[in-house]
Amino acid sequence: MSPAAALPQTGYNFAYLDEGTKRMIRRAILKAVAVPGYQVPFAAREMPMPYGWGTGGVQVTAAILGASDVLKVIDQGADDTTNAVSIRRFFGRTAGVATTTRTAEATVIQTRHRIPETPLTEGQILVYQVPIPEPLRFLEPRETETRQLHALAEYGLMHVKLYEDIARHGHIATTYAYPVEVAGRYVMDPSPTPKFDNPKMDDCPALQLFGAGREKRIYAVPPHTRVRSLDFEDHPFRVQRFERPCALCGAEDVYLDEVVLDDAGGRMFVCSDTDHCETRRDAIAHGESA
Amino acid sequence: MTQPMIVFEDVGKSFILHLREGITLPVIAHASLSVGAGECVVLGGASGSGKSSLLKMAYGNYRCAQGAIRVRDGERVVDVARAEPREILDLRRRVVSYVSQFLRVIPRVGTRAVVEAAGIEGGLATEAARTRAADLLARLGLPERLWDLPPATFSGGEQQRVNIARGLIAERPLLLLDEPTASLDAQNRAVVVELINERRKAGAAILGIFHDADVRDAVATHVVDVAGFRAKFAAGHGAAGEAAA
Amino acid sequence: MSQAPLLRAEGLTKRYGARLACDGVGFDLHPGEVLAVVGESGSGKSTLLGLIAGETAADGGSVSYRMRDGTVRDLAELGAAERRALMRTDWGFVRQDAAQGLRMSVSAGGNVGERLMGVGARHYAEIRAAALDWLARVEIAADRIDDPPTRFSGGMRQRLQIARNLVTAPRLVLMDEPTSGLDVSVQARLLDTIRGLVAELGLAVLIVTHDLAVARLLSHRILVMRGGRVIETGLTDQVLDDPQAAYTQLLVSSVLAA
Repeated sequence: MSPAAALPQTGYNFAYLDEGTKRMIRRAILKAVAVPGYQVPFAAREMPMPYGWGTGGVQVTAAILGASDVLKVIDQGADDTTNAVSIRRFFGRTAGVATTTRTAEATVIQTRHRIPETPLTEGQILVYQVPIPEPLRFLEPRETETRQLHALAEYGLMHVKLYEDIARHGHIATTYAYPVEVAGRYVMDPSPTPKFDNPKMDDCPALQLFGAGREKRIYAVPPHTRVRSLDFEDHPFRVQRFERPCALCGAEDVYLDEVVLDDAGGRMFVCSDTDHCETRRDAIAHGESA
Repeated sequence: MTQPMIVFEDVGKSFILHLREGITLPVIAHASLSVGAGECVVLGGASGSGKSSLLKMAYGNYRCAQGAIRVRDGERVVDVARAEPREILDLRRRVVSYVSQFLRVIPRVGTRAVVEAAGIEGGLATEAARTRAADLLARLGLPERLWDLPPATFSGGEQQRVNIARGLIAERPLLLLDEPTASLDAQNRAVVVELINERRKAGAAILGIFHDADVRDAVATHVVDVAGFRAKFAAGHGAAGEAAA
Repeated sequence: MSQAPLLRAEGLTKRYGARLACDGVGFDLHPGEVLAVVGESGSGKSTLLGLIAGETAADGGSVSYRMRDGTVRDLAELGAAERRALMRTDWGFVRQDAAQGLRMSVSAGGNVGERLMGVGARHYAEIRAAALDWLARVEIAADRIDDPPTRFSGGMRQRLQIARNLVTAPRLVLMDEPTSGLDVSVQARLLDTIRGLVAELGLAVLIVTHDLAVARLLSHRILVMRGGRVIETGLTDQVLDDPQAAYTQLLVSSVLAA
């Protein structure tokens, strides 16, 4: 039976992309999994959304999605922002898959700039939307040269960037897109996630896939892979700490967003992961201990 | 006498001037002489007779096309006419000093530093070079207030004294002196004579050109007239220099 | 005097179409030796430097180098990784255009520290101390360590390039017109710095210049090139004071005396 028969939206193949394209993307994904952290070029297609809105992530999701998958989409931790809602609806209509906001229920999570607070489990796939996949790009504009640097594992340049941070700010001031070394070999840009999330990538039971649409690159971190944030001996990697818990659910040790409440300077800090926050609040409302 | 420090054997030199229809300008032919340790041989003869060319060939500054110029380096003897560039450079570092009338140094470097650098190049330790540079400059009557200034701003006589200090700071066993006293006053000439004689008595072999008869008489142990080495011009080109007296 | 050369070039040839940019050029370079390659524009001197540095592929000839472990290796037979490691540790390259030799958006300290980080230095304070030491040696004030070279004068940029290259104690440094385009007074100071460091560290240097005065002040030996060929070679002062080839005589007589 053709899956298209079950689709609410007619005239499209399952999950929008044609099967030939999906096969091409899956090959790239397989290669990326086989060589953790290595950026595999792929023939990115035009998608019905502008670059910068997650065209890379959407193509990866489209290529791995099956009819039984449950999809969650977040944008900076939130399930309810325009970008997240649009992409969720896109796959709801073109693939007819079930969607959710619950991290624990999802089999595929497409994300822009966060890793969920709820620990990921085996069998889950986290798909990152990546704007600029090349971690060396800001210091070395030549693609031919960055390829050489990766090929020969010459990563001194990456430390030059961290050196500059310390020289300017007294500490490593890079707080997002913080470079990591994957499986002791390739240095990788974890996409603009806060460095708060970097430790979650290390030895993660879920498969992590990264798609950059404009730059036409796919890379991956297979489950239970060593992911190490770069640092100096005398300036070790540290995640940022928040001085207060979430104003809504009271969670500590989570990443908080600042929310401006009024024009009088009122503000509060709340979980950036809306699902995590809601789950905790429901639990509190039902009298369970948080 | 022990083995001489330097021996010229049947040395000849001519210049081919490619920019002037390739004419050949012969300067020296069949020049033979030697200088031993503790000797000061002064080359005599009119200007233009090839005296400077002989010194320059001995230093490797001019190419020596005919004959041999053998310089003793400890147990070895090096023929400057055939030596590799780095052998000549090695001789210059350890064996041969050359003092000309002209000072050629990097502009904007202080005088004392220029002299010191020559000492360090000649194998002196930094501290020793510093002390010796000060000694020499003081003996040569160069006021201390000038020591930090680059010599390019100096008078001809002052520059020449800097040059002598440079040439004498490292104690090499062979000294080639090309009119080192040319623009000095009597008092400074006397200091230079003193320095030269000190070096000779300490065992250096010295080959020099001195314009002033009094300086020459004060330093020379032998005088060799280069008139005997004067090359004859090829027919048709005429004479370009005066015959030696 | 029988010591093997550090670098040996043999029969280096490069064609651009019908034009021979480099025609069978060879030379030896020993430790501590400064060899100047002089010639006018189009003489092939820059092509020669590119061939030695491996940035231009040769059509013929070879370059061999005595590695730190004493083995002599044909550079064309080194793998890319080995070759690049050699270039950023045992070799230096000071370029005419500082923008090509420096990272213009990175601080002076970062520029000097890059090679150290490239060979595995991971201690910030030590890297910074090494950078400060090298800035002092090339006479750049310590308080400029966090300024990018965009805020430096031309002379300071060249000094920074030198520090950046010498921080890993290379044995061979290539220089491509390092002082051209600078004011004469700045040029003189830079030449003095280069000469001092070369003597102190016993560096072998291959310097390409069109300026015979620079060649005279810095180099021991000279290679005169024209039309891709070596016209004359020898001791620098000998070639300049007693030039044998017609072209060298022309070149020497064309220099304006100050």
